Amino acid sequence: MAASKHEAIERNVGLLAILTVLTIAIGGLVEIVPLFFQHSTTEPVKGVEPYSPLRLAGRDIYVREGCYNCHSQMIRPFRAETERYGHYSVAGEFVYDRPFQWGSKRTGPDLARVGGRYSDEWHRVHLMNPRDVVPESNMPAFAWLERPVDASTIEQRMRALTVVGTPYTEEQIKSAPEALKGKTEMDALIAYLQGLGTAIKRVN
Amino acid sequence: MSDFINNFWNMYVVVLVVASLLFCVFIIVSNRGARPSGKVELHGHQWDETLAEWNNPLPRWWVWLFWITIVFAVVYLAAYPGLGNFSGKLAWTSTGAYDKEVKEAEAKVAPLFERYAAMEVQKVAADPEARAMGQRLFLNNCAQCHGTDARGSRGFPNLTDGDWLYGGTPEAIKTTLTTGRNGAMPAFGTTLDGEQLRDVVHYVRSLSGLTSDNVRVQRGKATFGANCAACHGADGKGNQMVGAPNLTDGTWLYGSTETLVTQTVQKGRNGHMPAHGELLGDKKIHLLTAYVWGLSNNAAGAK
Repeated sequence: MAASKHEAIERNVGLLAILTVLTIAIGGLVEIVPLFFQHSTTEPVKGVEPYSPLRLAGRDIYVREGCYNCHSQMIRPFRAETERYGHYSVAGEFVYDRPFQWGSKRTGPDLARVGGRYSDEWHRVHLMNPRDVVPESNMPAFAWLERPVDASTIEQRMRALTVVGTPYTEEQIKSAPEALKGKTEMDALIAYLQGLGTAIKRVN
Repeated sequence: MSDFINNFWNMYVVVLVVASLLFCVFIIVSNRGARPSGKVELHGHQWDETLAEWNNPLPRWWVWLFWITIVFAVVYLAAYPGLGNFSGKLAWTSTGAYDKEVKEAEAKVAPLFERYAAMEVQKVAADPEARAMGQRLFLNNCAQCHGTDARGSRGFPNLTDGDWLYGGTPEAIKTTLTTGRNGAMPAFGTTLDGEQLRDVVHYVRSLSGLTSDNVRVQRGKATFGANCAACHGADGKGNQMVGAPNLTDGTWLYGSTETLVTQTVQKGRNGHMPAHGELLGDKKIHLLTAYVWGLSNNAAGAK
């Protein structure tokens, strides 16, 4: 009996394709879809707010410059990592990260909790030329960031995020270009970095 | 662990997982009947004129492997979290595994930290093992700004030269590490006009014996008294209470050239040492304090 059913499926390419997709989809349906309906993955941890316009602009620069290629933003729950970077990352810290910047490769250090670790001035010097403060560094210089940040599209970018669920108010969106006035891309990126991972702190 | 927003998702996972397992069992059982007992027949398909395929049964070893994976899945789901809200008989969690790892490591290193925490900073600084620990902490947490050799760079103080902005006693160093420091040199660009600015820069440079114009120095002295002495002192020797640097010692955090000193006076400087108390905890701070103190106080240096 089984053999004839095999034959029916194998000789009907359309049916074979549908059943194959269904079989493969089960894994994703069980492992991914329920994550959208969990408290820990959908609710921000205490202290995590939607990005301010300046930080959001900085985040977009972070993505544009491909920082994620060398820097992860994901401290795994291993002592070796928490000793160096601080408390391990939890899902609720990333609810407003669209897309998330977890990354998968660490040529440079993890940045999930870099906020407050260095002074603004250090970041400025370091981004202009990393070797001025860390002679051993192989990070490229990002000297071109000393130019005005693009304020003309920030409203659209915030509106796009509200579509996928970031709770920006109309007021916040309207006042966004004002918040970027006179700021450089460097200011925006530093503001973003200085806010990273500051919601959770712990003596270890 | 009921992290799901409602029980539907618990059941959803359970049902799909169990159904998948049962489906695997069904597949393998339903194919058992297809095993012919006698002669093996051809598949009935022919390719490239003469190529045909035997309709052989599934190899036994393969069938057994299939069964083993199913049994493994059942055992795994009984022991580890996987079936919806069921957390497994072993009650394993990634954070639990982490806590265990930390606890084990703490048990090993805690006595070491305790021993040094009970010692005075000066004594810790003299201990080679403590210094090695301190150095590792320093390289991980401090070297990015102060340099691996602790000699700093422009805007980031040299910790080996015995010159301290906020004081070099163990207590002062510990406070600096724990709560951080915020430099607050205001910008005088709007207060002082061009000539006054140049005068005061010449005066400040003269305090460290750098080349300066005598006339300007004389005029700058009055301006200094009115604007700078409140923090840096009438004699320019600074004030560690507010982190105002000594201007007479030839140490220049932001550079000593006329241009750089002008920039400092004009725009101000706001050096910021981040707080490390929450990040590192008291015992590591204690070791670091000893290491940093030792950099300029140990007779042997921190070699």
